Amino acid sequence: MYPVVEDILTRNGHDPTRLMMILREVQAVFGWVSPDTITQIAAAVNRPRAAVQSTVEFYTFFNAEPVGHYRVLFSDNITDRMLGSLALRDRLCAAFAVRPGEVSADGLVSVDRTSCTGLCDQGPAALVNTRAMPNLSPERIDAMAALIRDRRPVAEWPADWFDVHENIRRRDKLLGHGLTPGAPIKAALDRGPEGVLAELSRAALRGRGGAGFGTETKWRICRDAPGYAHYVVANADEGEPGTFKDRVLLASCPDLVFDGLVIAGLVTGARKGMVYLRGEYAFLYPRLTELLAQRRRAGLLGNNIMGVGFTFDIEVHLGAGAYICGEESALIESLEGKPGKPRIRPPYPVTQGFLGQPTAVNNVETLALAALITTHGGDWLKDRGTPTSVGTTMLSVSGDVERPGIYEYPYGVRIHEVLDAAGATDTQAVQIAVGAGKCLVDTEFERRIAMEDASTTGSFMVFDRTRDLFEVAANFVEFFAHESCGFCTACRVGTTVNKRLMDKIAAGQGSPQDIEEMQRMHRHMQGASHCGLGSTATMALRDILNKFRPAFERRLLSTDFEPAFDLDAELSEARDLTGRDDALAHLAPAHARR
Amino acid sequence: MEHFFVLDGEKIPFTPGQTIMDAATTAGKYIPHLCYKKGLSAHGSCRMCVVKINNRHFASCTTKAADGLIVRNRTHEMTEGRRTSLQLLFVEGNHFCPSCERSGDCTLQATAYEMGMLTPHYDHFFPDRRVDASHPDIVLELNRCIQCELCVRASREIDGKNVFALAGRGMASRLIVNSESGLLGDSDFEATDYAARVCPVGVFLKRTGNYGAPIGDRTFDERPISSQAATASGADHASDVAEDERRALGEVATELEAAR
Ligand SMILES: Cc1cc2nc3c(=O)[nH]c(=O)nc-3n(C[C@H](O)[C@H](O)[C@H](O)COP(=O)(O)O)c2cc1C
Ligand code: SF4
Ligand code: SF4
Repeated sequence: MYPVVEDILTRNGHDPTRLMMILREVQAVFGWVSPDTITQIAAAVNRPRAAVQSTVEFYTFFNAEPVGHYRVLFSDNITDRMLGSLALRDRLCAAFAVRPGEVSADGLVSVDRTSCTGLCDQGPAALVNTRAMPNLSPERIDAMAALIRDRRPVAEWPADWFDVHENIRRRDKLLGHGLTPGAPIKAALDRGPEGVLAELSRAALRGRGGAGFGTETKWRICRDAPGYAHYVVANADEGEPGTFKDRVLLASCPDLVFDGLVIAGLVTGARKGMVYLRGEYAFLYPRLTELLAQRRRAGLLGNNIMGVGFTFDIEVHLGAGAYICGEESALIESLEGKPGKPRIRPPYPVTQGFLGQPTAVNNVETLALAALITTHGGDWLKDRGTPTSVGTTMLSVSGDVERPGIYEYPYGVRIHEVLDAAGATDTQAVQIAVGAGKCLVDTEFERRIAMEDASTTGSFMVFDRTRDLFEVAANFVEFFAHESCGFCTACRVGTTVNKRLMDKIAAGQGSPQDIEEMQRMHRHMQGASHCGLGSTATMALRDILNKFRPAFERRLLSTDFEPAFDLDAELSEARDLTGRDDALAHLAPAHARR
Repeated sequence: MEHFFVLDGEKIPFTPGQTIMDAATTAGKYIPHLCYKKGLSAHGSCRMCVVKINNRHFASCTTKAADGLIVRNRTHEMTEGRRTSLQLLFVEGNHFCPSCERSGDCTLQATAYEMGMLTPHYDHFFPDRRVDASHPDIVLELNRCIQCELCVRASREIDGKNVFALAGRGMASRLIVNSESGLLGDSDFEATDYAARVCPVGVFLKRTGNYGAPIGDRTFDERPISSQAATASGADHASDVAEDERRALGEVATELEAAR
């Protein structure tokens, strides 16, 4: 029994739905979640021990085995790699004579990679004991190594190392909204729930989380679904590589997002709203919770909002490093303290979500837009965008550009306009969505960002002509292999088979058959996966493969079948043991590596 | 009014609320499956039972039957997809059929025969998962686990115990035991548990009484799995708890769950 753990449990009310928050605190205190703390927590929250262990082992930021006292995770997005993240990681490893993924002998440090941290506009980035650290450089790595050697607590490291910038480069109607906190709630109370729904319908607001579902319809279904309680959730998981718009929205207009969530509560009849904030964005947590406290004091949250007897409150829940938790049913599992594995649908969360009750999950940007539409009316956004894609969109621009950051543009903006604004030269390709797979080449730069043309969830990664698109594809393949939840066969094993095939090609052992295998796996995973992660995991690979086939082909060993290993190299150990290295100790030259 | 859908050109009656799998199995039709078992909640993870309806793919164990659906099940295309799924499962674990005590009684193996899988096709992963021999009656050979969670559900829903769970993510995903040491011998598992009988592969191995039926005379050596469809998951049909008894046990389990 650890008294600190008991404290943490008591503060969280021994509530199994707060398991993620409990584990986060335990991890922060001990640096890992040991078997005896798992037993203690399980007994306190009244769950089987194995269930708590499942949750611990699912998330990247929880460790069931001891890690270094300082745990440094380098962001492994392709844009971070382009900015030299792997060399920085190796530099830190060298300083402590530790290999990536291992703990130093004295238990002081462990160095590893993590999926995209959402700081692509200010990379290379890393998380130090889960605190985000952008703009790394060799000098900073050396200074960091010295601080670690002196065992200085991370809290005492130079504060400016942890400054995260918003980098807003272009504002339009959303980022330049100018509303005072609570004004949208006032408008919603004036219009009433039906009035709000009417404006959302007039604006034809579609969700900005990827699926593009009509927000009015979602709120209506949720409101009408039977249940003893209703819930609304802001999806701030944003794990899509290359996107960081939700981070910037939560940093620059958090009140607007909270107003949107309150309005969602008013319309659906929910009394509780939750923000599911990805663990990588934990640096926003203190500011957001402080703002919620302020709003309670100002009568914008809590009992009797604006004196009309409407009760609603908001909690921020932190994730712990799992891309799949952006998928709404996995997100709800995570909110309930479980591993983030997508549920069987139907039933959809909107009728049976959090604790089995009707739950509306909306993207952060969707909620901000709902607040604006409620205030200004459904026609307000109509002077922006295209007939089918109304309004504006926030693009997270990173990669080979002079001015990375957030660009809010009306839908219909052409790719080359964004490239020009961001200062891109000699652009070879732009990846505008990893999940949806779209990689655009220069002949496509006249295309427009819009649902009906080039649709994106905001990612806009730019690659100039010095870049090797094979490396880009390999990075995405690794991402999905790392982030598959493991629930279904097709995605769990398929993503790993693809990763092994890419490794084989990268090692110069590939054959055209391996490329054909990846195409086959693409078709298989599309049909056989349980959720959107698996069915889209090979989209980017396929698009890059189709458009940049020579980048793959020039790595192939031959045009025939090749085994995954080098027969002659496999014999090297035997040669060492026998002390032989003559011609007869080698396989025929035809088999040897060319 | 009689309800029916069409499975590979045949009318299959169903009662509203039934899944495609439930109705097909009741009608004696075979839809390949590994993680499904009549009497346990549906899971939908092995993806073996994926069928095509209007050009879209659905897991038949989690999709409700509806009037007039045209379901394509044993087509060339579906068989090919299932073969790929089987190959993925075979290379992910270590399945050395000739030396496995469950050979001939193994649903994975029988399904592979049924789907005409001749080679593993992909390079083997050769995982190194520890064998748990801590229990007096049952040895867990985890190298064969296909993560179907049948034992997890059986323990929870029928035995009322929660002995098993899956932990970890992606390729690191693995079966764990609910005990502080993580060992089966330290859990409240008993060899008489339903969980000990549902595994579709050879993870749960009895310490004694093996080879009672010689290889060659076993469940799927006699007849292919497709001809044993009505018994849902053939291997265990002889030892299965009777359907209504199972349901009664299920209710007890639910009560236990609620009481906790
Ligand atoms: C693998 C996967 C990851 C997702 N990640 C996110 C995410 O990070 N943020 C998000 O808002 N939606 C994400 N979604 C979509 C959500 O499931 C859901 O559709 C969305 O949050 C609904 O909000 P909206 O109606 O406002 O678009 C993801 C979906 C999948 C399949
Ligand atoms: S498709 Fe992938 S992420 Fe989705 S449920 Fe299956 S294994 Fe999990
Ligand atoms: S042990 Fe058997 S029943 Fe349990 S998950 Fe593994 S394969 Fe399925």
